[in-house]
Amino acid sequence: MIEVSGLTKFFGDVRALDEVSFRVEKGEILGFLGPNGAGKTTTMRIITGFTPASGGTVSVAGFDIFRNDLEVKKRIGYLPENPPLYNDMQVKKYLRFVAAIKGVERESLAAEIDRVADKLSLKPVLNRYIAGISKGYKQRVAFAQALLNDPPVLILDEPTVGLDPKQIIEVRELIKDLAHDHTVILSTHILPEVSMTCNRVVIINNGQLVAVDTPENLNAHLKGSDTILMEVDGRVDSVIETVKKIPEVRSVAVTSSIRTGLASYTIETAVGADIRRDLAAKIIENGWGLLELKTEHLSLEDIFLKLTTSEEELT
Amino acid sequence: MRNVLSIFKRDFNAYFQSPIAYVVIALFLLISGVFFYLLLSSFMQYSYAAMMQQQGIPVNVNLMLIRPFFLNLSIIILFMIPIITMRAFSEDKKNGTFELLLTAPLSNWQIVLGKFLATYLFYLIMTGLTFLYMIFLFLWGNPEILPVLIAYLGVWLLGAALIAAGNFISSLTENQIVAAVGTFTLTMVLWIVGFSADFAGKVLGNLLQYFSIIDHFDDFSKGVFDSSHCVFYLSLMILMLFLTHQSVESSKWRA
Repeated sequence: MIEVSGLTKFFGDVRALDEVSFRVEKGEILGFLGPNGAGKTTTMRIITGFTPASGGTVSVAGFDIFRNDLEVKKRIGYLPENPPLYNDMQVKKYLRFVAAIKGVERESLAAEIDRVADKLSLKPVLNRYIAGISKGYKQRVAFAQALLNDPPVLILDEPTVGLDPKQIIEVRELIKDLAHDHTVILSTHILPEVSMTCNRVVIINNGQLVAVDTPENLNAHLKGSDTILMEVDGRVDSVIETVKKIPEVRSVAVTSSIRTGLASYTIETAVGADIRRDLAAKIIENGWGLLELKTEHLSLEDIFLKLTTSEEELT
Repeated sequence: MRNVLSIFKRDFNAYFQSPIAYVVIALFLLISGVFFYLLLSSFMQYSYAAMMQQQGIPVNVNLMLIRPFFLNLSIIILFMIPIITMRAFSEDKKNGTFELLLTAPLSNWQIVLGKFLATYLFYLIMTGLTFLYMIFLFLWGNPEILPVLIAYLGVWLLGAALIAAGNFISSLTENQIVAAVGTFTLTMVLWIVGFSADFAGKVLGNLLQYFSIIDHFDDFSKGVFDSSHCVFYLSLMILMLFLTHQSVESSKWRA
């Protein structure tokens, strides 16, 4: 449904996007992850035709955004990062205006507004001025606007920002519900949101694509090593030395030193090698106190951090 | 066409959702009204004196009152244009609604024309209200109607060019104050450029004179219809609309 290939974008000399490519199939929800300034919004703006790319192509439903932007725009509902609202309009009139420029027929305007207002429970504020409604309502009016004329593709830039927890759940349910007959790209900072709603995840950092996969696969993939957390009461350097002697161990690091002789360690080992028994035995042998020993599971947060901070560690 | 109308309607209604429209119209009518009153007073004094001296030549209300009034009006207009057009694009750019317009299935021309028509209709209404003053003249005097209509045609052509210019400046910035000051500077330059014509060389002088936007209004104020002035104003309008379109198009690249 959406095909992004070799997308590059320069702002002056700054390379905001570098050869980003991915596909989104029909009916899929694609989560877009990345730290602030990674290029999420820029990518979305290119797909929606707001900003042109410096290189690469985007096609939506077979139409190229550069050559056939009107056809693409007809098929996309876009919720920008900042809700694009006219404060001096009433919610109903605003939706009517957006519906009109999106090509909803005059006769079906009322029904269409009714439909989206119902989906986002906007009925109580339809006659209020946008300037006077709460942030949660503003966000939902902006979302409703994206649904007008029922476009097959939805691009949602942080759709749950400004909502309270109950509304967040409602909006997530709505997104899942929409996914049956829509293709959705959504960006977010809230990681559980991605594992809850998305079929696949794209992670970008510094304008580069770091990973495209399902949340589960990412988890399996990224476990290039298993991690063991351990807290031991004993001389730090000798503990490290002892642990390093175990063949499966790749690295040992002190995470925090609680007081002299008592520290917690992170141990990276080869995948699948559960060395907890060996470790425990070695520590007891040396007469140190073993206070804690556990394996760590990578959560989406860890994957995200791992993928987006590794470069800084290298430098 | 429907898209142009949708944008036009939204933008035009937005004027009246805020106090801007009322303040601008009131201010304009007040200033032009004061000028009208002063011109009327001096005209009455003059015609009274002429009557006392029993001169054979009747005083001409078209030449002595209506013409100077329209000349004054054209200068007031130069000052009002920036306030009318400053929000046209700048507000959308600031609000993020520009993103909505540019990602909706609209062509850039539809956006530009819709916004131009909204600002221009506001201008037509604002200047059209001065016809109230003319009604008094027709009730208690006997001016010729045709020169008055030609003068209004001039006001509206002048406005079309300047409103388009204001839209263009507004499309360059997301700051309404910058848009207003920029447009004001442009209208002033287009006015003052004629003053320096006498000091420039012959060729340059003629050129400067040609671009003086108020010079072209002079004939209209006299009630003289000259198509070359229409061509000047309309070409300026088309040029400015074209520049606005280019600016909207390129704002994507600059963003």
